[in-house]
Amino acid sequence: MSARLLIGLGLSGLFAAAGLASLLWTPHDVTSLNIAAKFAPSSADHLLGTDHFGRDILSMIMVGARTSIAVALLAVGIGMLGGVPLGLLAAATRGSLLDDVVMRFNDLVFAFPALLIAIMITAIVGPSAVNSIVAIGIFNIPVFARLVRAGALPLWTLDFVLSARVSGKGAARISVQHILPNLTNLLIVQGTIQFSLGILAEAGLSFVGLGAQPPTASWGRMLAESQTMIAFAPHLALIPGLAILLTVLCLNLAGEGLRDTLDPKSQKGAQQGAGRAAP
Amino acid sequence: MIGFALYRLVSLLASLIVASLVVFAAVEIVPGDPARFMLGINAQPDTVAALRAELGLDRSLVERYLSWVGGLFTGDLGVSYTYRSPVSGIVAERLQVSLPLAVYALVLTVLIAFPVGMIAAGRQGGAVDTLFTGATQLGIAVPNFWFALLLILLFSVNLGWFSAGGFPGWEAGLLLGLQALTLPAIALALPQASILARVLRSSLIDTLSDDYIRTARAKGLSAGQALRRHALRNAMIPVFTIIGLQFSFLIAGAVIIENVFFLPGLGRLVLQAITQRDLIVVESVVMLLVLAVILVNFVIELAYAWIDPRLRKPS
Repeated sequence: MSARLLIGLGLSGLFAAAGLASLLWTPHDVTSLNIAAKFAPSSADHLLGTDHFGRDILSMIMVGARTSIAVALLAVGIGMLGGVPLGLLAAATRGSLLDDVVMRFNDLVFAFPALLIAIMITAIVGPSAVNSIVAIGIFNIPVFARLVRAGALPLWTLDFVLSARVSGKGAARISVQHILPNLTNLLIVQGTIQFSLGILAEAGLSFVGLGAQPPTASWGRMLAESQTMIAFAPHLALIPGLAILLTVLCLNLAGEGLRDTLDPKSQKGAQQGAGRAAP
Repeated sequence: MIGFALYRLVSLLASLIVASLVVFAAVEIVPGDPARFMLGINAQPDTVAALRAELGLDRSLVERYLSWVGGLFTGDLGVSYTYRSPVSGIVAERLQVSLPLAVYALVLTVLIAFPVGMIAAGRQGGAVDTLFTGATQLGIAVPNFWFALLLILLFSVNLGWFSAGGFPGWEAGLLLGLQALTLPAIALALPQASILARVLRSSLIDTLSDDYIRTARAKGLSAGQALRRHALRNAMIPVFTIIGLQFSFLIAGAVIIENVFFLPGLGRLVLQAITQRDLIVVESVVMLLVLAVILVNFVIELAYAWIDPRLRKPS
C-alpha cells in the first residue's frame, strides 16, 4: 500500500466520518440562528468560528460533507448503473450498428456538461440537491460506458471467453460472469475519480444556486454566501473552500494510489496522472 | 479523408438533431403557460390568448419545433419573455463577453500548460518535476470558483489591482475590457492548465522512450532539442483530445465564473433566465452552448484525422 493511498483514503475517510457523524451529532444546530454571536472568531465553543447568522461553521462543514458525499456517491451509482450495462452491451456487439448507436449516444451525452443538464432540469422542476445527483449522474454514464467498452474489448478475444462460448454461454451471461469481474479494478479506480469530480461539480452547482437549497448546508452555498462578505470576513470563504480542496485532493490521491496498487502495469512513473479527463 | 469527413458530418448532424430535440422537449414539458406567467394571475383570458398568438404558443408542437430550429439557422430565436426584446440580440451582446473570456482562458491554459508539462517531462523524477507535479495535483483539486474568490481577495480587496467584478464594455477601451476579464480568465484557466500539463507530461514521457528519440540523441541532439523537435509533435494527439474536452468544461466553468465576477455573459444570462422562468432564453442559450461543444469536437476529430491518417477509420 503506497503512502499516497494511505493518506488519500485516510483523510477522505475522515471527511466521510464527519459527514456520517453529522447525522447523529453536530457541535451546534446548523439551522439555529444567533445573530448576537455572528462573525465570532475561533473559540472553544465554536472551533471554526461562526458565520453572518451566528451559525457554527464546523457544524455546517460537517453537514456540508454529508451533502457533498451523498450527492457525489449517488451520482457515481447512477453512472455505473447506466454506463456499465451500456459498455458491456457495446463490447458484446462490437462492430455492429448497436455498438455504433451506443457510442454515438455517449458522444451526445458528453456534449451536455453536467452544468447544462442541471440548468435544464432546474428550468423544469426547480433547484434541489436531487437535480445535482441526476445531472452529475447522467454525465457519468458515458464515462463508465466508454471505460467498460474499452476494457471489455480485449477480453473478448481471450481464451477463457472462447471456452465459455464453447460451453454454450450466451453473450449476456459471458458479459456478466466473465467480463465484468475482470473490470472491477478499472471500475474502482474510475469510480474514485468520478467521486472526486462529483464533489467538485456538486459544489459548483450549489454555488450558483442550482443544487442543494437552504436550510441544507452545502459547501458550495457556504462559498456563495461568503462572497459579499469576503472583504471583512475572509474565513467564511476560506474554510469551505479548503474543505472542498482537501477532499478532492485526497480522493485523487486515493484514486492514483488504488490504480498503482490494483494495476501493477501502470506502476511506472510515466503513467502517473495520465488517463484523467477534465472535471 | 473525404469519406471519413462525410461519415463524421452525418453523425454530427444526427447529434445536433437529437440534441435539439432533447433541449426542445425538456423545455416543452415545463408546467405552466409562459403567456399567463408574463401577464400575471389576474390577466383576462382574451389578453392571454392574444399574447399566446403573438408568441406563437398556439401552434402545434411540430410547427414550433421546426420554427425554432429554423430560427437557429436564420438567427431569429424568438422574443425573450422578460427582456421583451429578440433573444438573438441579447445573445449577441452577451457573446461579446463570453467568447473573449473563453478564448482568453484557453490561451492562458496553453501558455501555462506547455512550459510546465515540457519542463516536467524533460526533468522526469527531478525536484522540478516533483514540484510541478505537486502543483498540478493542487490545481486539479481546486474548485475554480473558490480560486476566483481567492483572486478577488488578493488582487481586488487587498492589493486593489483589479476590480472585484463587472464589465465596463468594450466601448471603454480594449485595455479596460481585458483587465476586467483577466482574473476570471486566470480562474478558469488554472484547473484546465493543470490537467493539460499532466497529460502533456505523461504523453511526452511515453514518447521520449521511443526509438526515434534515441536515434535523434545518437546523431547529436541534446535532450531538450530532441524533446522540442521530435517528441512534442508526436505527443500532441492526447493533448488535442484533452483540449477538445476542455472546451466543454470551459463553457460550463464560464457559467459559474461569470457569476462570481458579475460579468454580463451568456452564463449569467442563462442563470438569471432560470430564476425569471424565461424559458425561451434558457432553451436558446443551452442549445447554443451544446452546439459549440459538438462543433469544436467535430473540428478536433477532423484535425487529428488530418494529422494522423491511422485515425481515419471509424471507431
